Amino acid sequence: MKFTWFNLMPWPYLPDDFREKHHSVWVDIDQRLFDPVKSHEVYNTYMDLLEYAGALGFDGIGVNEHHQNGYGIMPSPNIIAAGLARRTKDAAIVVLGNSIALYNPPVRVAEEFAMLDCISGGRLVAGFPVGTSMDTNFCYGQIPALTREKYAEAHDLIIKAWTHRDPFAFNGRYNKLRHVNIWPRPIQQPHPPIHIPGGGSVETYDFCIDNTYSYSYLSFTGYLRAKALLQGYWNRVEERGAPDKSPYRAGFAQTICVAETDEEAERLYWPHVNYFYNRCLHVYPGFADAPGYRTIKTIQTGALSQYAPPRGGFAELTWKDLIEGGHVIAGSPETVRQRMEDLAKGLHVGNIFCLMHVGDMPAEKCMYSTKLFADKVMPKLRGLFPEWADDDRFWCHPIEKRVTAGSLPPAPTSAPGAPARQPVPAE
Amino acid sequence: METKTVETQHAPIRYLEGGSGEPLVFLHGAGGMTADDPLLAELASRFHVYAPFLPGYGESEECGSLRDMLDFALHGWDVVEALGLKNPILVGHSMGGMIAAEMAALAPNDVSRLVLICPAGLWMDDHPIVDMFSLLPFEMPKYLFHDPEAGAAMMTSGLKMDDPNFLQTYLVRNARQLGMAGKLLFPIPERGLAERLYRVKAKTVIVWGESDKLIPPIYGPAFQSAIAGAQLVNVPEAGHMIIAEKPGEVARAVETVA
Repeated sequence: MKFTWFNLMPWPYLPDDFREKHHSVWVDIDQRLFDPVKSHEVYNTYMDLLEYAGALGFDGIGVNEHHQNGYGIMPSPNIIAAGLARRTKDAAIVVLGNSIALYNPPVRVAEEFAMLDCISGGRLVAGFPVGTSMDTNFCYGQIPALTREKYAEAHDLIIKAWTHRDPFAFNGRYNKLRHVNIWPRPIQQPHPPIHIPGGGSVETYDFCIDNTYSYSYLSFTGYLRAKALLQGYWNRVEERGAPDKSPYRAGFAQTICVAETDEEAERLYWPHVNYFYNRCLHVYPGFADAPGYRTIKTIQTGALSQYAPPRGGFAELTWKDLIEGGHVIAGSPETVRQRMEDLAKGLHVGNIFCLMHVGDMPAEKCMYSTKLFADKVMPKLRGLFPEWADDDRFWCHPIEKRVTAGSLPPAPTSAPGAPARQPVPAE
Repeated sequence: METKTVETQHAPIRYLEGGSGEPLVFLHGAGGMTADDPLLAELASRFHVYAPFLPGYGESEECGSLRDMLDFALHGWDVVEALGLKNPILVGHSMGGMIAAEMAALAPNDVSRLVLICPAGLWMDDHPIVDMFSLLPFEMPKYLFHDPEAGAAMMTSGLKMDDPNFLQTYLVRNARQLGMAGKLLFPIPERGLAERLYRVKAKTVIVWGESDKLIPPIYGPAFQSAIAGAQLVNVPEAGHMIIAEKPGEVARAVETVA
């Protein structure tokens, strides 16, 4: 199993009446709710927490890209990842990912990911999402029906830029580049492992299967509701004639909160879970799915948008609803272990993106939960899928000899390399 | 109106045909068109009407290779050609007006009569047009109709909302139609038409509903001043769906260029 500790980086100061008084947490969120001075501490605490998780032995630490979003203050995940690459030693830097259709030209992603791979010593796990409709269409203005074509072209350009050693011309529909020749290029060969976040479209299943990329389902509705979707993926893996059904072909994001007991978990974490589910996910439904963003085929499979409101509208969700519905896995280490095992086996997923900072959770609670998970849950789940323990196709391959950031030699007191000063001979 | 099919380079195109008289081509807006469209009925009592469905609309197949304004305008001329028409009266509503104006700018010697019914295609920073792609169905009528209540009833009549497949059918139709429309209208319904309107030679009439809340009537004078000799007809008690609310007035305006 590979555990990646993920921080969505929610803004923790949304007002109590946010849902009632505000149109949406995303796209047209009221800018006045953001306080740049307060964000100084928020950003640094969030990055500290990611580093803390890295030090506790999580396999990876994860960041992602959202725009104009109250629950994700990370429009540029690469900036955060660069900071993490310097301050951590072993954890994979999981950037899940860069919305490649939004970079102009997408060579920029090939370059920045190469920089991250080089700085981290080959610890990058690269993600290429299409991007949500909120981000891609409503914030960044991409034409919905052309988004996937542009995405596919960006993908081909990036892979070619990573794998070609000589300058080439790229005559795309959306990118015309006479001299593609990235400098630097990534350590990992032929390129860093690639994870593709998806929301149930068959085209994305096939894209992952055909390219040996890991398919990740990143929702906030938990593992019980994800079963049908992941089953669709595994059926497709079989139909498409993939050579194996390694659980590392798939990843799943799950909100997790650990305490000493189930009761303690509710007492400690409910306010923050409540903040996230009942405030941060207040997305105006008109932004969820621009017409043309999802393919006809995907709509016909019956999958609703990940961001579509639940049937019956936005009734206030309770702790019990969230636990029973599997949105959130919370409780004592043993409760969490059992449910995580159900999740991993039930969905047949090897990559877990652990959403352990939830809503407006303060650092101490987040550290408490994270440490309990690392000490008492993770070790017991490590051995799941023993037959696939050696499957390293979907994870990074760091170089052996990695430098420690901040290890300059002592400050020189004279010109380096000059011969030692000779005493002036007496006349 | 009869439904027929004509082959084009891009897809087999379904179109409605009816009436007799001078040939007239009607280009529908982003919301599409039905055979019982009241404006088509009005026009068919005076003209020989051809109303093609854009790819993705009605029973016209989708077409991925129509991507931008030039593709759409040339496709429009392909359809006129395939229908065997020369210099038909060209009428377009909303997005269809944008395409018709573009066709007239592209081939000014091939169109001598042009009717633009609250067309899209221009943008003024001081008068931003509502983002129709983020509207929920229940929010639409207030932007589309002078009388939103009657408009809502018009929009939902004939829909089988208790059908368990209703939502999926609705989403598929939306994805086909508005997905296509988005290529011209998303995120801002402007593709450079203002720089090309000077080329239009047609006798032009522009029709606007005075209660249009989707594309405000102030865009009427903007079109009028960009096209030499254009007439502007403002119709009271009509919204963006003037074609449903005041079809008779629109048809009379069309007669002024015929």
